[in-house]
Formats: sequence, C-alpha cells, structure tokens
Amino acid sequence: MKNLNTYNSGPEKDGRFGIFGGRFVAETLMPLILELDEAYQAAKADPSFDLEVGRYLKHYVGRPSPLYFAERLTPHLGGAKVYFKRDELNHTGAHKINNCIGQILLAKKMGKTRIIAETGAGQHGVATATVCALFDLPCVIYMGEVDIERQQPNVFRMKMLGAEVRAVASGSRTLKDAMNEALRDWVTNVENTYYLIGTVAGPHPYPEMVRDFQSVIGEEVKGQLKDLEGSDRLPDTLVAAVGGGSNAMGLFYPFLDDINVDLIGVEAGGKGVASGKHAASLEGGRPGILHGNRTYLLQNQDGQILDAHSISAGLDYPGIGPEHAWLHDNGRAEYVSITDEEALEAFQLCSSLEGILPALEPAHALAQVIKIAPKLPSSHIIVMNMCGRGDKDIYTVAEALGVSI
Amino acid sequence: MSDSSLRDDRLASRFDLLRRESRGGLVTFITAGDPDFARSCRIMKGLPGVGADLIELGMPFTDPMADGPSIQASALRALKGGQTMVSTLSMVEEFRTEDMETPVILMGYYNPIYAYGVARFLEDAKASGVDGLIVVDLPPEEDAELCMPALEAGVHFVRLVTPTTNASRLPTVLKNTTGFLYYVSITGITGTGTASNDEVKGALQFLRPHTDLPIAVGFGIKTPEQAADVARYADAAVVGSALVEKIAESERIGGDSVEAALMFVKDLSSGVRAARSGAKR
Ligand SMILES: Cc1ncc(COP(=O)(O)O)c(C=O)c1O
Repeated sequence: MKNLNTYNSGPEKDGRFGIFGGRFVAETLMPLILELDEAYQAAKADPSFDLEVGRYLKHYVGRPSPLYFAERLTPHLGGAKVYFKRDELNHTGAHKINNCIGQILLAKKMGKTRIIAETGAGQHGVATATVCALFDLPCVIYMGEVDIERQQPNVFRMKMLGAEVRAVASGSRTLKDAMNEALRDWVTNVENTYYLIGTVAGPHPYPEMVRDFQSVIGEEVKGQLKDLEGSDRLPDTLVAAVGGGSNAMGLFYPFLDDINVDLIGVEAGGKGVASGKHAASLEGGRPGILHGNRTYLLQNQDGQILDAHSISAGLDYPGIGPEHAWLHDNGRAEYVSITDEEALEAFQLCSSLEGILPALEPAHALAQVIKIAPKLPSSHIIVMNMCGRGDKDIYTVAEALGVSI
Repeated sequence: MSDSSLRDDRLASRFDLLRRESRGGLVTFITAGDPDFARSCRIMKGLPGVGADLIELGMPFTDPMADGPSIQASALRALKGGQTMVSTLSMVEEFRTEDMETPVILMGYYNPIYAYGVARFLEDAKASGVDGLIVVDLPPEEDAELCMPALEAGVHFVRLVTPTTNASRLPTVLKNTTGFLYYVSITGITGTGTASNDEVKGALQFLRPHTDLPIAVGFGIKTPEQAADVARYADAAVVGSALVEKIAESERIGGDSVEAALMFVKDLSSGVRAARSGAKR
C-alpha cells in the first residue's frame, strides 16, 4: 500500500489489495474496464459529482438512515449496548441503492444507454431497476433460476419497475452464475452497455468504487454515534453480514484506521461449515481467481468452483470481495460464520422484540451480535448493519418454519 | 526465445509449413475429457489425420465467463466425467507418443492453473508436450502471473486480440505475445455471431503492419465455407463451438461422437485446403 500506516489507501493503481483484487478479465472487456476506471477516478475527484450523489441519497433514498439504539434487544441480551444502522429503511429496502445511485450517475456521465446487473436476493436487481426507471434507461437483470424461485416478490418488483429479468439456467443457477451471464452480456454489448455490479467484487475498479459508494453508511455512523454518545465516542465493535461484502465494507471502511474498533464480518455458514453446505469463502475456501479478481473462493483441489449454500440468497456466493480477503489475511477484521438455523432464530427474535423484520442477510449479523453481546460489559457499544428488510424473505422463512402462507 | 528452443518450436515449424504450402491452417478446439476421457483422447489423436493443423485443447472450468452455451456444456460434461488438470496433461502426453509435430495449445481460465500451482503447471505442461497457452482471463495487465513465467519456461503465450483492442492498446497486447496472435472476430462469447468477410479482412489489414506473428481468426466459424473464407486471408481459422456441438449432438442421439467429430473436421479441412488453391496470397 502507498502508506504503510494506513488501511484505507487501497487499492493500488492496478487494483490490488495485497495479493487480492486485480483485473482478470477477457481482452474484450479490458479497454472498457480501463475506461471505467478513468471515468470513476475523474468523478471521484469532482466535487460536483459528490454533491449530485448526495442530493439523490438525501431526497430520493431518504438518507441519512437512523442509528437506532435497540432498546428491547439490549436488555434482553444483558450485555453490550446494541445499535442498528437502519439501512433497511432506505428506499427499496436495503443498502444496495446507495451504490446504484452512484453508479447510475457515472453511467450517465459516460454516455452509456443500457444497464445490466446481476442479482441474488433480488435487492440489487430491484435497486438497479429503480434507478433505471428514474433515469429512463433500459435495464436487464440476470438472476439464477433458484433465486427467482425463492425471491418471487423481488422478481415481480423488478418487472413493475420496467426491467427485463433474465433467468439464468447455467451452473448452480444462483448469484455466481448470474454474474457469469452478466459478464457474457457485457462482452457482447460493449458499445452501449454499463455493467452495474452490486457488490465489492469483480475486476478493478468495482471493488473500490462500490466500497466508496457504500461508505456513506460508516461515515454516517461515525457522526451519529458522536451525537448520541458524546463527542469522541467511537463504537467498540462493528458487525455486518458478508455476501460479496458491500454493506460490510461500507460500514467498516471509514473505521479501518480506528484500530480500536473491532470489525466482524459474518459469512453464511449454511448447514455448518463442516457439512460442506455453506457460503463461508474465508473460513472454508482458499485464494483463487473468479469474476475478475483474486480472492478467497469455495473450490475443489482442481480449482473448480463449488456451489455455495445459504438460506439467504444474498449471501449465497462462493467468493468474497478482495478487500475483505486482504483484511482477513492482515488480521484487521475478523470473519465468522453463522448457520441458516441461527439466522432464522435471530430473524424471529428481532421481529418480536424490536418490531423489525430483518432480511435474512443481516439476520446473520444479528445472530453474531446475539452470541457476543451477553459476554460484553454494558459500556461496550456494538453497531450492527441492518442492511435490509425481511419482507422479501417471508416465504423462505415461512417454509423453513413449516408454515404455509 | 533462444535459437535452440526455436529449432524445436512446433508452432513456428507448423506456420512455416503452412506458408510453404501457401494455405491457411485449420485450428480445432475440443474440451479435454469431452464427452469422456477415453473418447476425448481418441478424438484428439484422430485430429491430425483428418486435417487439423493445430490443436487447441480446452482445460475445463466450471465458470467459463467468455464462453457460450456449447463450450459451457462441453466443460460440464468433461468435469462430470471426472476430468482434472492431471488428466488433461496426460492426454497431451499420450498424444505425443504418436504425434511429435502437431502443435498443442492449452486454452482455458486461470483458476485451475493457479490451483495446480504456476511453476508446477508449466513444468508438467512442457514435459507433456504442450506448446502454448491461451488463458482467457489473463490480459497483459496481469502478465506477471503466468505469461512471463511461461515465456521463461519456453511455453508460448498466445493472446487474444478483439474488436475492442484499439490502436493505442494494441502494442500492449502484442508486447509479450508469442507463437501466434488469435483474433477474436466478434465482441461476444464463443459460439454466437459470425463476423463478415469484410470485417475479418479489415481487422487483418489493421493488425498486419503491427506484427510479424501469424494471425489465427476465430469465434463464430461454423461451416467449412466460413472456415475457407477466413483461411483465405488469415494464417489459420479456428473452429471450436461448432465442433464441440457435433460431439454434443452425437451424444444426444446416441451416435459415435468420435466419428462425428472427426468427420466434421475432415469437411472443415477440405474447405480450408481448397480456399487458396490457385490463388496465391
Ligand atoms: C439485504 C442484503 N444484505 C446483504 C446482501 C449481501 O451483499 P453484500 O455482502 O454485498 O452486502 C444482500 C445481497 O443481495 C442483501 O440484499
């Protein structure tokens, strides 16, 4: 890194976070990625771009999202003081829209006239379809057949928003395959198409760009906690769910150099990492190359990518953003896994105690909070990213609980 | 590459031969292990006899992001049959017991090579009789990963040039490319569109002044006629998806896929060989 005393100067110009990241794409895409990097660096340096993003985040998305003291959960757990960063209150119901606003403005600036995206849970698809409606751009969303089945409400929402949802039947028919298919579309439609990636993965500059657009989450937390807890109070622990890792990077990034702040990323443990049916790339994978970057991947001995498993479609991905891989290896952040069952319990507890139906993704983060909070003193402050609401998941949860609706 | 390694450079010799015969070559792509190891070996061994001048052997990968449905399916068939990097390299080794002249290029994606270990892979590939590599997801920006070690080990690194490779980028792409240049004639995945003759001609006119490397053209060539058209101007025509599709089709109807593949290559080869007869380039 440019400055060895900081964690937040990455990536290098070639898109590396340590050995992770990079630009592992076909030659057809390489000129496009270089063009995108140039356009993004220019936008990043342009204060008027930042102002425009900020305007949409405030008036359209509804930011800042509240930092809410979990007033029933905290005494229930009987330990640390728990705050929720309420990104589920954003327009469209998750953090995904933060990134979409930034990227759609960039796509406009670059003169692109067609938008494509991949989606797992459908939240990124919905957020992309939303900004495409707002900016009057045609939109194609790639979604695995398995995910279409388990996220029906979001499929319908995307269609209402005017997007075309293309079912992906290849491979494991989930998020990784949707990403393959989006890349294939991009290779084919290079002239006019902007690929709006929904997480901190893909080739450089996506991991950096998506992180930057999501960093509004952590920046707000910093200011809000000072208002609530006193002028120099930082949180002690940050907890976020990690699929590709965008909501977690958004929360962590502004705190990377506050080394007393513990960072905990929560991967999907599925039926348990030992069972092999999980999506915990850091815990159960090793470094490899997929979707344009080097990162930890679930793969067999021969470098073939393995299917991930999670009850949460948004976490069901065999990789993780390269910056997380780097933060894992250098020890700045800690990564743990939570099983489907633990997430389901957290989902129910949060609903009945706080009146908040969490998405299954942040339910994983919450399950980790439930594990650690009771052992911590009441002076300890945990901020958890409530990055999405659970309305989209009610069918999955009902089925898991054996209820028919 | 040093003079001594050039002398036993199968790629250079083969393109020399094609030049002497005043014809374009036929490059055939099959996926190693498709439809299964034994039959894939038989197809590979049969290819030179039916007129394939160069062989591209696909290293199957679960997530081939630049490939269309035909090659995706062939990779999955191979993996389902238990194909691994070890068995892919042993196919080349076995091929070399019968054929020491036909160049073999391994084509695929970086992760299976990375998982095998770059140094070990290059050593074993070289020892098996592999002449070059085409690794789709390693652009020049990532040359330190595999391209430089490969050149060091005496294995060619063949690069793809695409319609998006403009004049300012071309020198970067050409810089460490050896063996030949592979012009991908369409923006897109394998097995989809076909470029027009004029587009191919135009691209070759653009590329020739910048390089002395032979230029093969591929993506979307499906018939002997199309292969012949391309081989009229290019140093070689590459056929992949259409050949792999013949294997799939034969499997579907319970036919002899070895026979089907080789018969198709024979037709392609006749087309390519007739392309420049009488007309010197
Ligand atoms: C609510 C929610 N949280 C988290 C994720 C996982 O993505 P990331 O790890 O990039 O935040 C998703 C993805 O669909 C999501 O919808």
